[in-house]
Amino acid sequence: MSESTGLVAGEPTRAGRVRVVLHRLLGAIFVIWATASITFGVQSLLPGDRAELMINAAAGTFTQPTAAELAAVNAKYGFDRPFWEQYLHYIGGVLQGDLGESYQSHRPVAELIAGQIAPTLALTLSALALAWAIAIAVTVFSGGRDGPVARAFGGFQVIKAVAPPYWIGTILLVVFSIHLRWVPVEGGGGLQGLILPSLALAIPLSGFIGQIIRAEFGRVLEQPFVTSARMRGMGNLAVRLRHVLRHAVLPGITLSGWALGSLFSGAAVIETVFARPGIGGLLVTGTATRDIPLVTGIIIASAAAYVIANLIVDLLYPIIDPRLKQS
Amino acid sequence: MTARDPLLHRAATATATPLLTVERLRVGFGRDPAAAGAVVKGISFALEPGRCLAIVGESGSGKSVTARSLVGLTGRNATVQAERLAFSGRDLTRYGERDWQRLRGRDIGFVLQDALVSLDQLRPVGDEVGEGLRIHRVIRSREEQETRVVELLRLVGVPEPEVKARQLPHELSGGQRQRALIASALALDPALLIADEPTTALDVTVQAQILDLLEATKNRGKALILISHDLSVVSRMADEVIVMRHGEVVEQAPVATLFSAPRHEYTRRLLDAIPAAHTRGTRLAPASAPRLTADAAHWRRRGGDTPGPVLEGRDLVKRFRGPDGQWRTVVRGVNFSLAQGETLGIVGESGSGKSTTARLALALDRPDEGTVRLLGRDWSALDEAGRRPLRREISVVYQDPLSSFDPRWTVERIVGDALAGGAAGFGRDAQIDELLELVGLGKAHRRRRPLELSGGQRQRVAIARAMAPRPRIIVCDEPVSALDVSIQAQILDLLGDLKAALGVSYLFISHDLGVIRHLSDRVLVMRNGEVVEEGTADAIFDAPQQDYTRELVSAVLHDRLPRIKGTSHG
Repeated sequence: MSESTGLVAGEPTRAGRVRVVLHRLLGAIFVIWATASITFGVQSLLPGDRAELMINAAAGTFTQPTAAELAAVNAKYGFDRPFWEQYLHYIGGVLQGDLGESYQSHRPVAELIAGQIAPTLALTLSALALAWAIAIAVTVFSGGRDGPVARAFGGFQVIKAVAPPYWIGTILLVVFSIHLRWVPVEGGGGLQGLILPSLALAIPLSGFIGQIIRAEFGRVLEQPFVTSARMRGMGNLAVRLRHVLRHAVLPGITLSGWALGSLFSGAAVIETVFARPGIGGLLVTGTATRDIPLVTGIIIASAAAYVIANLIVDLLYPIIDPRLKQS
Repeated sequence: MTARDPLLHRAATATATPLLTVERLRVGFGRDPAAAGAVVKGISFALEPGRCLAIVGESGSGKSVTARSLVGLTGRNATVQAERLAFSGRDLTRYGERDWQRLRGRDIGFVLQDALVSLDQLRPVGDEVGEGLRIHRVIRSREEQETRVVELLRLVGVPEPEVKARQLPHELSGGQRQRALIASALALDPALLIADEPTTALDVTVQAQILDLLEATKNRGKALILISHDLSVVSRMADEVIVMRHGEVVEQAPVATLFSAPRHEYTRRLLDAIPAAHTRGTRLAPASAPRLTADAAHWRRRGGDTPGPVLEGRDLVKRFRGPDGQWRTVVRGVNFSLAQGETLGIVGESGSGKSTTARLALALDRPDEGTVRLLGRDWSALDEAGRRPLRREISVVYQDPLSSFDPRWTVERIVGDALAGGAAGFGRDAQIDELLELVGLGKAHRRRRPLELSGGQRQRVAIARAMAPRPRIIVCDEPVSALDVSIQAQILDLLGDLKAALGVSYLFISHDLGVIRHLSDRVLVMRNGEVVEEGTADAIFDAPQQDYTRELVSAVLHDRLPRIKGTSHG
């Protein structure tokens, strides 16, 4: 009989998959290069003499250094060289993982960031996991339902999504640390200290993710394949967890790469509120003292985090949507 | 199949211990008690093992709601009432959600239409087929499930079941998907199988295979409820037929009685409306669609008689680049010619290249090889500016006019836009009125927008728009495929009347052999981008020369319908 093989969109080839990964990798390198170049350009164009800044930062004074002092610093750091030479020198350094030296502490920026990145990564990753857990719990419970409770949950998502993490963090701190005394005010690096700051970051993000997957959840619930599953005798909760949820999270996952990048910068604020160690503290002192290499180093590291997060999302996506393995 | 008197039917079934008994089933939606019984208004039947009941009706008749209420899945805001609803001795009217879940899949299997969306696209086919086994805990291990799934897929005739079980639904053909869906419903060997439009989205040859499969299931002693809008599908395997309209049972009879001596006028109309060999040259819906009332004189095709073909395709080849970057030849060496006043039918299954041929004929795509000649001019080689004066000679009616209308435009703007500026020599407003009257619409429809019209009315507007420039040729690409059979009959009648009155030629594309046979003078059978066979409609259908044509024609059920006594055609 004439049953054709249907819409087989070409066999997945190893070469094709390698090409896709290479393509993504090139894109990632481009983003990091562009970030490094732009921050370097802005740094060179900023008003104020860099040698003067360095001398003052190191001495903790605000005086006019002598011409001899300035010339010595300019020569040492190459500030007297042409712009292009400085640029190539900087990019060359970035390629080797050298982000320059902090004006204030005179230690390599890469070393400073590496020393503080672990608590920030722990914070952002736990915040992302928490955000997903909250969003999924709320969606599985309220998605596709239009009772008053479910609608209240839907409204709550919007409030969560627009609330600034700084404000949420302060409220959590006042309620749980000062009034209830459940967790210490200064958490330090332990797991207990991680709870409130990651909640503060996770709550607004769960609102965003929840809004997106809840809308999709309601749409998928009406699909014929969901009816088919019910026709086989599947219960409501099983239908929601086994069939609908997987479809509904897809748009949320695309968003997660972006979310992880933004969590990285949001972490800076929360770390200050909760007095946690991390990149945040580094960024605040660096900005206050105009420690330009340190600030640019952090910006490049954030861009790298963003790019890596998106790469991971691209690689994880086909696990949830196996249709993509073929194309 | 015994022809029994419907009055004796009750007595007969009472002794045969029916599997399912339904008495005065009423379904409504909404909290308002007045709404109870508004969608299904009291349906009664009994079904024994090894027999098939068909519920037939057009869209909105309540047939699908009836089927779903038998498994307790009518929806949250539905009210279901019945004097009796019993399945193998169990009283379903007392069932709660838990009881229904135990019943579904295990005692009653349910197959929905269009398996592409009825199977979870993110999971392997095997997981879907075996899901019922897991839910009802009849298997103990993953290995056991895999073995059972392969057995089930083999039972329903899926080739290479081990491979297909691991593939995703979109990697299977339409027929294989529908088989897999049936396999998932049969997984727990339920005593009753309900199939809701199981063949609607399928090509004719595949449709025939799926019906064979359902028939085999019935012959294994299963009871079968078949929901369909298509009487011809039903005629083949049902023992008893219920015809529904607006939630009411119009007629209920053994299949032979229903087809040979329909009692109700609506049943007769439905049967008459099916286009087939014996309906050629007749009107399908004489009662509901009057002959042309308007004066068609102004809208006769432009130009005098043309002795040669008005439209001609020579050695046409068209390639497209697929999403994987590979080139596919969709049309390979197609020849056709359309004479003045003739209807050339192009028939084929999905992917046969018939719609691409239509696009080449309309010069919407340029052929990679070969030429299309329109009124003797080299139509395919002209640039768009050169084509413009010829454009009014050829127009088109699509399957779904909604997608070819701007939804914000009113009917008068849609039709007025297609008028060739003042060519008819009288006012534009009057021209629009006349065109609408010609296609059976009134002044009242002028201010409506596409979404405010029914499917049949939209297709009438599309025809008015196609007629407006007074073309010589109208390309009809599946113009009636999305319509209920009685509306389809009216549109086919309208196209027939217009052809006679205006002298246009049709290039008529359809997958439906009944429709093609009803109105074509000559027929082109296409498959995989090639013309398999060409000839007069009678030659193609009565004496097909090629194997593929024979297969196609034998898969068509229309002409197996018993002739209806006492109804006149024409």
